[in-house]
Amino acid sequence: MSTPASGLAQIGKSVVIKGELSGSEDLYLDGLVEGSIALKGNSLTVGPNGQVKASIDAKAIVVQGKLDGNIQASDRVDLRKSAVVNGDITAQRISIEEGAFLKGKVDIHRADGK
Amino acid sequence: MSSVSQNFMKLFRGSSGPETIPAQGSQKLTRRSSGLGELSRSWESAENLCVLDLGSTSPTNIRHFTEHGHRIYSEDLLTASTDPELLTKDEQGNAILDSRKFLADNLVYPAAHFDVVFCWNLPDYLDESLVKPVVGRLWSVLKPGGMLLAFFHTRDAGPDAPCHRFHIVGADLLEMQKIVLRREARRGPTGAVHTAVSDGFQLQRVFNNRHIENLFRDFASIKFFLARDNVREVLVVR
Repeated sequence: MSTPASGLAQIGKSVVIKGELSGSEDLYLDGLVEGSIALKGNSLTVGPNGQVKASIDAKAIVVQGKLDGNIQASDRVDLRKSAVVNGDITAQRISIEEGAFLKGKVDIHRADGK
Repeated sequence: MSSVSQNFMKLFRGSSGPETIPAQGSQKLTRRSSGLGELSRSWESAENLCVLDLGSTSPTNIRHFTEHGHRIYSEDLLTASTDPELLTKDEQGNAILDSRKFLADNLVYPAAHFDVVFCWNLPDYLDESLVKPVVGRLWSVLKPGGMLLAFFHTRDAGPDAPCHRFHIVGADLLEMQKIVLRREARRGPTGAVHTAVSDGFQLQRVFNNRHIENLFRDFASIKFFLARDNVREVLVVR
């Protein structure tokens, strides 16, 4: 289970956010977020304690916790073994560890637009 | 409807959902599948298929289809059927699962959406009250001409036939992995923390050929493949 790198923007496990979350830097999220998350060009990691009820738009998304909402990644999505995802995933690449739970669609869009 | 009670006796009532996990140390068994082979031939030249996998989340299956440019939906119906909130009683007071609520929460897709549905061994392990409603919904979400693959145990398999998850590893090759049902630890009404692990899903019934034909009677065609491991593979076309 990966831990956040030092210097990375973090939302701790006791933090609750309701509304729009946007930014232009990588983010480690271990708290509760309801609404939407937009980190275009940057990466989002939902930590093992993270509980997200939001649509996510980011470059790369790693999920270790629980996520209800659709994921749109311009690059890749990693679902780790502890991930529980209810929502559709659109990405260029996807990696799913054994044990991860997914209820939803996986749609791979290649860089060439196919 | 003792099976409902038996299934739920294994579980603690609560709001968090269960998850299926491979049995600890369980080996993956490989088997050939004539039904999958026939399906594979039909999608060999197809592009941008819409596929529904009703088994436990399988990274192998997701990779298999996305690498070929198809869209895959993953929905673990068997695990979803263990939601304690589905438990209700019929007019005689017998415990049943609420199929309306189940279909309101699961298999919610537009009509004629999928080209292929993998049912795997779902009908054998799904509670009786859900089988027909689920097959009815699957008919409606399949495109005309769409195909559905399901596996049914024969009586010779015995009542303790383990429930497997299926990974597609070749055009007609599957890996099977025994699954168990796991509940997360949670606080009970007294505040005490409980955890439980059950043995897995139990075979609910054995369908004979006539039952299977009846179950899929709304479909355009049905084809049986008898396998060596006491399993009948069934490929139906809407």
